[in-house]
Amino acid sequence: MIPLHWWLIVAAALFCIGLYGVLSRKNAIGVLMGIELMLNAVNVNLVAFWRYITPQVLTGQIFAIFVITVAAAEAAVGLAIIIAAYRRRDTVIVDELDIMRW
Amino acid sequence: MPIEIPTLNFIALAPPLIVIGTALLVLLFDLAVTDKRVLGYLGLVGVVIAAGVSIAMGPRPATTFQAMAISDGYALFFNLVFLATAGLSILIAIDYLERHDLQRGEYYALLLFSASGMMLMAAATDLIVVFLGLEIMSVALYILAGFNWRQLASAEAAMKYFILGAFASAFFLYGAALTYGATGTTNLNQIGLWLSGGNSDPMALVGLGLLLAGFAFKVAAVPFQWWTPDVYQGAPTSVTAFMSVGAKGAGFAALIRVLRSGFGDSAYSADWALAAAVLAVLTMTFGNLAALPQKDVKRMLGYSSIAHAGYILVGVAAASESGVRGVLFYLLAYAFMNVGAFAVASALERRGEFSTTQRDYAGLSQREPLLAVAMTVFMLSLTGMPPLVGFWGKLFVFRAAVEAGMSWLAIVGVINSAVSAFYYLGVVVQMYMRAPAEYSPRLVGEESDAKKPAAVNLEVAIGTAVLLAMLLTVVLGLWPGPVASLVTMMPLG
Repeated sequence: MIPLHWWLIVAAALFCIGLYGVLSRKNAIGVLMGIELMLNAVNVNLVAFWRYITPQVLTGQIFAIFVITVAAAEAAVGLAIIIAAYRRRDTVIVDELDIMRW
Repeated sequence: MPIEIPTLNFIALAPPLIVIGTALLVLLFDLAVTDKRVLGYLGLVGVVIAAGVSIAMGPRPATTFQAMAISDGYALFFNLVFLATAGLSILIAIDYLERHDLQRGEYYALLLFSASGMMLMAAATDLIVVFLGLEIMSVALYILAGFNWRQLASAEAAMKYFILGAFASAFFLYGAALTYGATGTTNLNQIGLWLSGGNSDPMALVGLGLLLAGFAFKVAAVPFQWWTPDVYQGAPTSVTAFMSVGAKGAGFAALIRVLRSGFGDSAYSADWALAAAVLAVLTMTFGNLAALPQKDVKRMLGYSSIAHAGYILVGVAAASESGVRGVLFYLLAYAFMNVGAFAVASALERRGEFSTTQRDYAGLSQREPLLAVAMTVFMLSLTGMPPLVGFWGKLFVFRAAVEAGMSWLAIVGVINSAVSAFYYLGVVVQMYMRAPAEYSPRLVGEESDAKKPAAVNLEVAIGTAVLLAMLLTVVLGLWPGPVASLVTMMPLG
């Protein structure tokens, strides 16, 4: 069987790719995709831990299902917010939404 | 294979369930009722009933849903904090939304959903439920922040809040996953058992760090505070009032339970106490220094709320029972004084205008003496002046730090409170010692012909909110005894 830490490395890499996307992307949709990658990294982790550490209890699987569900709800609300901002400003570039500065 | 029917004790979660039920009723009546203010009052009734049930339940710990949630004194006390915040915010919103042409039934439903998420966070004893509560609260708050969709500032605030909030959730989840991997469970008490058995795992430590980062976003602690001023300034003031206390309180409620039940008796308890102390120093210093030059009162209160997160973190860093009690008292005090300050700020905004700069407060004592007195009380209480309630909150958290051998932390806190007096009293100076300003439209507001600031029409609901908050700030400041002893009877179950 593939050792557990291989899965963890894949998940960590996925998380970092998502993190890089969030930090480097200027487009709000791109940022949202980065966040989704980070959440999927969490899911890989959860399911791997379930399979290797507590296969007799379903905690990890259930947690992953909750993460998927909530991520979908969050994406729906997030896209609606991005569209609302786009209608006001004709842009989804985060740097251009800057009427409030300190 | 027989299917086990789990025992579900719905009674233990009655307060959040009542709030959710009220929110659904609001959505239902929204279809039929044309005067949406009625929905606000309906929501208020639900909040009062939920608060009554919370009090009636008393601090008898009862776990429910396979020990995933608990109704102990701690959770019930937080219920009161969130319900007080929600109730006052609804009172503010009833008039505020009317004035800005935003009156919609969904507003009250979203606010109640968000409050139920907060209550769930305080009651959660499982990382999955903490996560669910966090998202129920946050998703509703993202929408509320952008509720004034005609204003660019509001849309921008919603977007920033959403992106950074979702980002923080990802950190929280990664931390929860690693903790689960290390300990084999998501139940906080089981995690605590595993760790107190002398077990340790670097993965659990990394998980703890990521959980801390996720919570630091929600409570607006440095270095995860960047969203706070923008969101507080851009969101409708009635929403800012609600989330400034609610989201912060819920973040701390879950944070303290995770740290104390999960990681309290472990090899890492010194680590997280030190981390909280460092965060506390950075957070209050940054919040206070950044608040000093602010011209906009909402933005200033945004930075000041960062500073208050720092003071509360002092209580967390104390890592003791008295620290927890200090935090509980502080958050209740903060609920009244901060929501009160935002209530005055929303009362001052006239129809279609978003007048929240310091200049808009000039000469307020001549135009609206009652509002000026109320704002002065809130500002002094936020500074920590005795005999107002904010003083006792600070005293309790700082005393806990001294008892825990962190006198230096308490000293930093006191110095910071002194710094905060500059910008809080700046508002008071504007109200009492400056002449009313010539009116000038700014920032996002539309042009207006008005030359002089007109008298504020103080409506009933918003006036009640200001008055209630002011009364409680003063009365609980003069007689802190009952709440202080209530707090000692509300331990973590």
